[in-house]
Amino acid sequence: MALQPLDITARSATTTPSPSARQGFEVAKLIDISKCIGCKACQVACMEWNDLRDEVGFNHGVYDNPMDLTDQSWTVMRFSEVEPNGHLEWLIRKDGCMHCADPGCLKACPAPGAIVKYGNGIVDFNQEHCIGCGYCITGCPFNIPRIAQKDGKAYKCTLCSDRVAVGLEPACVKTCPTGAITYGAKDDMVQHAAIRVRDLNERGFAKAGLYDPPGVGGTHVMYVLQHADQPGLYANLPADPQIDPLVSVWKGITKPLAIAAFAAVSLAGLFHYITKGPNEVSKETEKEVE
Amino acid sequence: MTNHWVDIKNTDLVLIMGGNAAEAHPCGFKWVTEAKAHRKARLIVVDPRFTRSAAVADYYAPIRAGSDIAFLGGLINYLLSNDKIHHQYVRDYTDMSYLVKDEFTFTDGIFSGYDPDKRKYDKATWGYQMGEDGFVKTDPSLQDPRCVYQLLRAHYARYTPELVERICGTPQEAFLKVAGMIAETAAPDRTMTVMYALGWTQHSQGSQMIRTGAMVQLLLGNIGVAGGGMNALRGHSNIQGLTDLGLLSNLLPGYMTLPGEAEKDFQAYLTKRSPKPLRPGQLSYWQNYPKFFVSTMKAWYGDAATPENNWCYDWLPKLDKTHDILQVFEDMNNGKMNGYFCQGFNPLASAPCKIKLSGALAKLKYLVVIDPLATETSEFWQNHGEYNDVDPTQIQTEVFRLPSSCFAEEDGSLVNSSRWLQWHWKGAEPPGEALNDQEIIAGIFLKLRAMYKKDGGAFPDPILNLTWRHKQPAHPAPDELAKEFSGRAIKDVTDLKDATKVLVKAGEQLNSFAELRDDGSTSCGCWIFAGAWSEKGNLMARRDNADPYGIGQNLNWSFAWPANRRVLYNRASCDADGAPFDPSRKLVGWDAAAGKWTGSDIPDFKPDSAPADGMGPFIMNPEGVARFFARDMMAEGPFPEHYEPMESPLANNPMHPDNPLARANPAARVFKGDWESFGSAAEFPYVATTYRLTEHFHTWSKHVRLNAIVQPEQFVEIGEELAAAKGITAGDHVRVRSKRGFIVAVAVVTKRLKTLTIDGRAVHTVGIPIHWGFKGVARNGYITNTLTPFVGDANTQTPEFKAFLVDIEKLPTRLQAKA
Repeated sequence: MALQPLDITARSATTTPSPSARQGFEVAKLIDISKCIGCKACQVACMEWNDLRDEVGFNHGVYDNPMDLTDQSWTVMRFSEVEPNGHLEWLIRKDGCMHCADPGCLKACPAPGAIVKYGNGIVDFNQEHCIGCGYCITGCPFNIPRIAQKDGKAYKCTLCSDRVAVGLEPACVKTCPTGAITYGAKDDMVQHAAIRVRDLNERGFAKAGLYDPPGVGGTHVMYVLQHADQPGLYANLPADPQIDPLVSVWKGITKPLAIAAFAAVSLAGLFHYITKGPNEVSKETEKEVE
Repeated sequence: MTNHWVDIKNTDLVLIMGGNAAEAHPCGFKWVTEAKAHRKARLIVVDPRFTRSAAVADYYAPIRAGSDIAFLGGLINYLLSNDKIHHQYVRDYTDMSYLVKDEFTFTDGIFSGYDPDKRKYDKATWGYQMGEDGFVKTDPSLQDPRCVYQLLRAHYARYTPELVERICGTPQEAFLKVAGMIAETAAPDRTMTVMYALGWTQHSQGSQMIRTGAMVQLLLGNIGVAGGGMNALRGHSNIQGLTDLGLLSNLLPGYMTLPGEAEKDFQAYLTKRSPKPLRPGQLSYWQNYPKFFVSTMKAWYGDAATPENNWCYDWLPKLDKTHDILQVFEDMNNGKMNGYFCQGFNPLASAPCKIKLSGALAKLKYLVVIDPLATETSEFWQNHGEYNDVDPTQIQTEVFRLPSSCFAEEDGSLVNSSRWLQWHWKGAEPPGEALNDQEIIAGIFLKLRAMYKKDGGAFPDPILNLTWRHKQPAHPAPDELAKEFSGRAIKDVTDLKDATKVLVKAGEQLNSFAELRDDGSTSCGCWIFAGAWSEKGNLMARRDNADPYGIGQNLNWSFAWPANRRVLYNRASCDADGAPFDPSRKLVGWDAAAGKWTGSDIPDFKPDSAPADGMGPFIMNPEGVARFFARDMMAEGPFPEHYEPMESPLANNPMHPDNPLARANPAARVFKGDWESFGSAAEFPYVATTYRLTEHFHTWSKHVRLNAIVQPEQFVEIGEELAAAKGITAGDHVRVRSKRGFIVAVAVVTKRLKTLTIDGRAVHTVGIPIHWGFKGVARNGYITNTLTPFVGDANTQTPEFKAFLVDIEKLPTRLQAKA
């Protein structure tokens, strides 16, 4: 039996119900962009804890590095220079898996058990079940999962599910020097965010707010934004993320139909076997093959 | 720091100027976020670049690199003109009423006594008018035209907001906004903290920039109070300890100074450093200098140091001049040095003007490098292609590389910016044949001593008599060294008022520097560290973060020098009657019933001196008060004046356009031949400034894969306007040239570097991080200090890394294939 915080509540490509007797609580990581100095300590902590080492790359004319998420970089800082009110602001957003309450990756995934959602809200990939189809990328409204070239498996932030399972905070939270990343019960984080939003309001950010997008049922990684009315300022953070309609169609209508069709074909095969007996290969055909 | 990291949470306003705390001190920066969260503190950043600190600031104002004195002088003028000063504080705790000699003058940018040929001042006129009673004359009414207040006011009246804009490029509106926010902290219950670092020190007038900042803080009454202070953020984990222990060429431990070559007489040496009070009733704590000095000599020479031989005073080297890093490389370059020991230091990358450094190192017979890493310096002789294009066949220097452990591979104490001596424990064994530094030095010393013993020599005494009280002579233990610098009683130490009362028994560790004696009965390697390891044990190892007063005064966490005191000058947090200006942030206060000063901190004061005694809070100064007028203590004048950087985009100093002598710091030392290595704005039109990035630590962390991953390749930053003018787009390779050489790097084009209008014309800034080189796992790059000028601050000789001139051009093709 899994540890309580990791009780699985949803499993990709699985129709049997999840165990639901135990009642845990949802967790969340709150990233306060107004406190972030872009030091990348979280990137380093992530690589250290998860034993990842990305390439030593190149400078591409910006502070961002590595330039994008990879199978070795499960979080990256995205630096944006914007002038929303005529004043320059350097907005630095820690990008990575948002751990959606309604995870598009899990919905899209055709491999049974490759993607799971725990009772505490963490969405985790089980690479041993991953078939490398990349549907999770299509399903993700935040463009997060990456397929490794080495093993063809999909990878992303686990919210340090291994640490969380034994009562520790995620590695990025532990290392953040300014307290821009906090972690706890989702309710507490929402409350903490409200305090931060009030502070930002007093400092002249009238539109400060919490980013917990309802289009994906809310997330277990949330942002405090100075400009909650313009999430796009933050390296194109989607204003209203939704699961790709194709994925919804696949899950909502097409998938049962497909399963029905699959079942029909199987049944037809069975019927054929029962009425006609097994297909037998004639001696002639065997010879021809040889 | 006058205050400490945790105390920053007590402030109402943070001014980050001459530093970039979020970038270079991200862990300490957490206390800024605490102040913002819990006190609704505001953060102001004044910097040539919109930095990572600016990214989380409430207000940012741009400034041209090297023009900080003009900005700060403008603040002084603003505060005085708008009467935004802490009157009680300024009246009671500063030198405003002191009368200055009539002969002291300031004419067209030059103070009295200047010798243009020697580029030095005769400072005879930079002093006070003395009364017949032997004390400084004062005018408490502040009306005398020769009082410090009147001179100060006149000096800074020239620094108008218009002038600030003209010199600094800071729009008047932005300057006045900053000035207005700062002025609010003149109220007794409001404080501002100033966080600065090498952005102030690394200028040819860096010390005066810091002084000007301190003068602003004094006017506001923000020195000695919780949440206030002048807070130097030290950039290297033990650089504070380095200066504390006197590793600079002209220092002895605890900020005592080496004698000059004229100082043959021991008593005269002591007398000069033990100043009598300049006002009645003042403590002038340096009068205890003989106790500190004799105790140090006992620590060094033990029984060999006796009253008869002046405690071995004659064995000390007598300085002909300071032998700072620039002087050392100048001498090396002139063939005056045979060998050089380079311990925990990568000068080829960390000192200015690589071509001169490289040439100097090539003139040595031998170079010893003690370092955990294969530094660029240790391979200065090796050809590394474009990054170090030398011909090894032409270099005869023999290089010895002695691998040492790094800080995490040894026990010991590190002193942080807060002046805390924090003990740390070994986390891993050093790899391979690496030894820790004291073992390497011990090995060399024991060998030398044996040779002197056997063969004699010209001057064997200081070597043969050096104390070496180590159980394993080849392996001096950190705890043995710590006990030595903390100090012990050689004989029983008795109370000065009651000789029958024994304070410390012979052989025991001392509790504090108050127990030091000048009769040879105490030994103490560094008086300001006294008590760090007492009979109570290793106080540096304490990790109790209890905060009984709720203002972050964790007196049982490690040990703060001096005397475990957390905020220096804390007596100044109280009014003349000993009551705190702000009771909610009380550090100390006079407890009349107990007859002593008490509070959340160790009083920085004579603990039983009642307010009625009239003793001033600045007990290290013979005045007892803080000085706006620096007397003869600075090289370039008693009042800071704006001078242009040695390389400036301006032909003249706008303060003194008609006096070429006052263009750049008139007292800055320039070696013969180096004038020609300075470029002009005609050839090198852009202001350059160098700095660190969060992702890296100096030239160390490019040896670490994780750091290399998050910031892999050398770059320079330019603004969008300059980029457009030069046809440069982000990601292009560019060549940046100064008069001393060039580097090639990737261009980061940014909105964060704005074109400034200086004296009527557009001035662009080129930002150049320092971290790359030709060793390590990051992408190889050029040494940034190829570009920087070989000149330093006139007082400290800290090199002018922060303001010089370059040109920039786009390279037609990329030098390296991109992945």
